[in-house]
Amino acid sequence: MLKLENVSYLVSEKDNDKDILKNINLDFLKGKIYVITGPNGSGKSTLVKLIMGILSPTEGKIVFNDKDITNLKINERAGLGIAYAFQQPVTFKGLKVKDLLNIASNKENDFNTLCDYLSKVGLCAKGYINRPLDDKLSGGELKRIELAMVLARNALVNIFDEPEAGIDLWSFENLTKVFKELKSTTIIVSHQTKILEIADTVILLKEGKVEKIGSNSEVKPLLHLEMCGKLRGENG
Amino acid sequence: MDKIDKSLLEKVSSLHEIKLGAFNIRKNGEVLERKTSGEIDIVPKKDKPGIDIIIKPNVQNKAVHIPVIITAGGLNDLVYNDFYVGENSFVTIVAGCGIHNTSNIDSVHNGIHSFHLGKNSHIKYIERHVGEGKGKGGKILNPTTKIYQKENSIMEIETLQLGGVTSSVRKTYARLGENAQLNVQENILTEDKETATTLFKVTLEGKNSKVEVVSHSVAKGKSYQEFKSDLIGKAECFGHVECDGILLDNARIVSVPMIDAINSDASLVHEAAIGKIAGDELIKLMTLGLSEEEAEDVIIKGFLMG
Repeated sequence: MLKLENVSYLVSEKDNDKDILKNINLDFLKGKIYVITGPNGSGKSTLVKLIMGILSPTEGKIVFNDKDITNLKINERAGLGIAYAFQQPVTFKGLKVKDLLNIASNKENDFNTLCDYLSKVGLCAKGYINRPLDDKLSGGELKRIELAMVLARNALVNIFDEPEAGIDLWSFENLTKVFKELKSTTIIVSHQTKILEIADTVILLKEGKVEKIGSNSEVKPLLHLEMCGKLRGENG
Repeated sequence: MDKIDKSLLEKVSSLHEIKLGAFNIRKNGEVLERKTSGEIDIVPKKDKPGIDIIIKPNVQNKAVHIPVIITAGGLNDLVYNDFYVGENSFVTIVAGCGIHNTSNIDSVHNGIHSFHLGKNSHIKYIERHVGEGKGKGGKILNPTTKIYQKENSIMEIETLQLGGVTSSVRKTYARLGENAQLNVQENILTEDKETATTLFKVTLEGKNSKVEVVSHSVAKGKSYQEFKSDLIGKAECFGHVECDGILLDNARIVSVPMIDAINSDASLVHEAAIGKIAGDELIKLMTLGLSEEEAEDVIIKGFLMG
């Protein structure tokens, strides 16, 4: 359904070029849950930004439903059915929660529909739909509204970049329930064990390359080694 | 009243949900229509152009509309409107001016308004400014607002100017008594070569008086906006000014803060942020399916109207 073919992302620094991602080949299948994990700086967020079109690969091709989308703009990819939840939710001066949910779903929603979107992420619509999506909302509230916006897209591919960060007073159980109920192809960037547990496939990235692809139980030992090695390295 | 008159009136003084108490419509320097009520009297001035609007004490939830429309080119209109608000009254006042100038000569409106708020009174003042017409003549609006607030009074001002006005110089002076509160929300869009200048001078004289000014500016094309605020704290008081500006194309916005805490218990703050639309806001809306241009429009509309 969604394929990355020899995708690389390179940034030019002062004296040399740095590979953030190198020769990534991935095939995301319809209706499956993928969790991308790995140490900090391994290229996880960059990878999902390349899929959404927020960044452009320096090499390689991205194919979605047999269509080359490598050169398509963000909104064109959104139009084809790719949705994306930011790691750091964006705030606006003057736009209300309901405005954003209406834009996300591309229709004027009635109260009950807005309520459906927000209750799935544990928020009561009454208290939120007319509130500005600004920094007066807590980090946890913003994060949950970010998730609600993606749900409102009803997309074919849903991408979540570290969705668990800052989810306050709302359990992981609810969050994983949201992911399990999605009928889409779901790509989640996460370190969290409970999120890794719901993955059909875990993709372990290391230094910009795919280290391992497999089930959670297959990748888990490597992940532990990775973390322990990293800790040993840091301490030693 | 012709089609243009009605359209201008709708833009500057759209009918309000609140029950109308009185109105005065001024067109091309003359009174077009006037209605008074038992509670709200409108009296023409004898020494200069303009009216006195006298709101009796204890008037609740009524509206006064005093729109001005100018459809003649080359007119230089000057009007003095003085509001006297009785104690304990709560009234919404809808003012504003629409200029439709198809000529090649400037049309100017200078509206000088004063508000005298009695104890415990509450005024919501909505001011809309509109400029239109394809002539080369300028659509120039220079409103001056002088506010005198007695104890426990509240004044809320909403100003909206969404392009089309060639030049505006908007001056607001206020003196606040004990526990008086002034809230100002100003939203201004300029485009092409338009200029808009705003000056606020607020003197907080009474203990626990409070002023909150929020200015949202969007400048497009080669337009220029200037925002000057001057807060003077003469008592234990609170003042906060927030000036946010979005720049597009080759436009400029200048914010000039001045705060003077004469009384050491005065707490005065001025915040200003001017710049392009944040890239992450555009990207977020694009991930929701909007094109870059659509995202820009949504952000600006929300910023000015939200």
